[in-house]
Amino acid sequence: MSEPILRLESVAVAFGALRAVDGVTTTVSRGERRALIGPNGAGKTTLFNAITGMHPPTEGRVVFAGEDVTRMPPEKRAARGMARTFQITNLFNQLTVEENMLLALRGLSPRKFSMFGNRDLDAEERERSDRALDRVRLGARRDTAVRELSYGEQRQLELALSLVMKPSLLLLDEPAAGLSPTERTIVVEIIRELPRDLTLVLIEHDMDLVLGLVDNVTCLHEGRILVEAPPAEIAGNKAVQEVYLGKPRHA
Amino acid sequence: MSTLLSSAARTASPRSALGLLVAIIAVMALMPTFLPTYHVSVLTQILIFGVFAMSIDILAGYAGRTSLGHGAIFGTATYVVLYTVTQYGLPLWAAIIISVLAATVLAAIFAALAIRTTGVYFLLLTLALGMIVWGICLRWSVVTGGENGIRGDIRPVEIGDALSFYYVTLVCTVVLTFAMWRFIRSPFGLTLSGIRDSAGRMRSLGYDVSLHLFLGFVMSGFFAGLAGALYALFNNFVSPSTVALTQSVTGLLMAIVGGVGTLFGALIGSFVMITLENFVSYYTQRWPTVLGLVFIFTMIFAPAGVLGTIRALRSRRRG
Repeated sequence: MSEPILRLESVAVAFGALRAVDGVTTTVSRGERRALIGPNGAGKTTLFNAITGMHPPTEGRVVFAGEDVTRMPPEKRAARGMARTFQITNLFNQLTVEENMLLALRGLSPRKFSMFGNRDLDAEERERSDRALDRVRLGARRDTAVRELSYGEQRQLELALSLVMKPSLLLLDEPAAGLSPTERTIVVEIIRELPRDLTLVLIEHDMDLVLGLVDNVTCLHEGRILVEAPPAEIAGNKAVQEVYLGKPRHA
Repeated sequence: MSTLLSSAARTASPRSALGLLVAIIAVMALMPTFLPTYHVSVLTQILIFGVFAMSIDILAGYAGRTSLGHGAIFGTATYVVLYTVTQYGLPLWAAIIISVLAATVLAAIFAALAIRTTGVYFLLLTLALGMIVWGICLRWSVVTGGENGIRGDIRPVEIGDALSFYYVTLVCTVVLTFAMWRFIRSPFGLTLSGIRDSAGRMRSLGYDVSLHLFLGFVMSGFFAGLAGALYALFNNFVSPSTVALTQSVTGLLMAIVGGVGTLFGALIGSFVMITLENFVSYYTQRWPTVLGLVFIFTMIFAPAGVLGTIRALRSRRRG
């Protein structure tokens, strides 16, 4: 209980001379819901990529569930209970919803190596898949090809793919990006209904959306942590307002 | 019904595919009764190249990795069969096993070097690896016979005539087609399609993408090797042109004409191209020109290939 689920120690990601993430240190405790905010280019997604291993940090350490995973490839982090969604929808477009779920279900099961076996879901997999699809309101779309889903539904499937992995840490990269107000409400509800023991880190611009959902907010600016505080304090924070709206000008 | 429709775009539903398959096998089995001997051997060639083109489609259509090195893998098996039988007098079954093993090992080497690349880099790297094999076959004349190749009447007398060898090939083709179909429909086969659509998502779901591509490439090479071993029996002769780039390109074109990502399309592509080649060669020596035109028209008017277009039309009509 004492050990936080995620600890970042001076994490930096440099692309040549550009330090997209520049010495981020923070801890996320088990069961916490954390929002990561910041203007465009603040380094939010880059930090996500460093945490998940898609683009490992160039400096610093990432400690996940007590284990140093800084140099570990994404698939090994996934095996340890880390799941993520993508800001730009990243699904298996030529496959059906169910086939997408199959791939998500078997990522951590030896059945993925079965070369001549039957690919159909077994009873246990069927139940897990159904539960995740129902949770994101896609229960009726099982046999639809992903490319025929609406954009909103694709965002919902993004969530289902990571939920079905039964992660202990879920990283959501702008889950409501580009959605209509109605669709946003659905996504917010889905997130709100997630089990409380699942640790969430969520990138989101919309403060109204974030405020009711999370316990703490980390505001990034130019690759560094600007403020880290509960949502109530963030809303009135001068520094946060400045990076979002610009400094007030005194003539 | 909706399952059938949605899957029709990419893979036939098990039931309709089975019905069609039985019909096709029956027709293929009866074909030789109408055809003169020469055409029976053309049919045999169509089947062998169909298997070869399907092995390419496993990678190109399902894993999204287009290989130009498969001709070398195919031809290596052909070389090994002819060499081991003519030089060491190995029994045919042993030669075939060794040749398929050699082709599989070669595929593993190709795979280890190529799987980290995608797109045009994968294409060029497999092309270069294939060229190396071609160069070796051309220059290492002590073993390969150089440009003269290796000739040997290795086919057993029992299947010596064109007709019985056709039936042997037909049985092999049916078995191998079924095996490849099971392979792409398996849980592992689905992971290849997942990698084609999004390697990044696959990794974050816990898949070791390189390992899956490696195994997929090796399996594809295994099937190409089996086709190559059959070809040794068919042709009784091998020369560097069997491992050359043209061989890889021919196989790939067959898969494209039939429909990439349809598996069975590769058999149709093989039928179309070999039939056309025989027909055209009867009138003109400009087969490569005709080949080029066929390819251009396929790309413009039916980029999904014969089977891909048929499936798209069918699902549109029913939808």
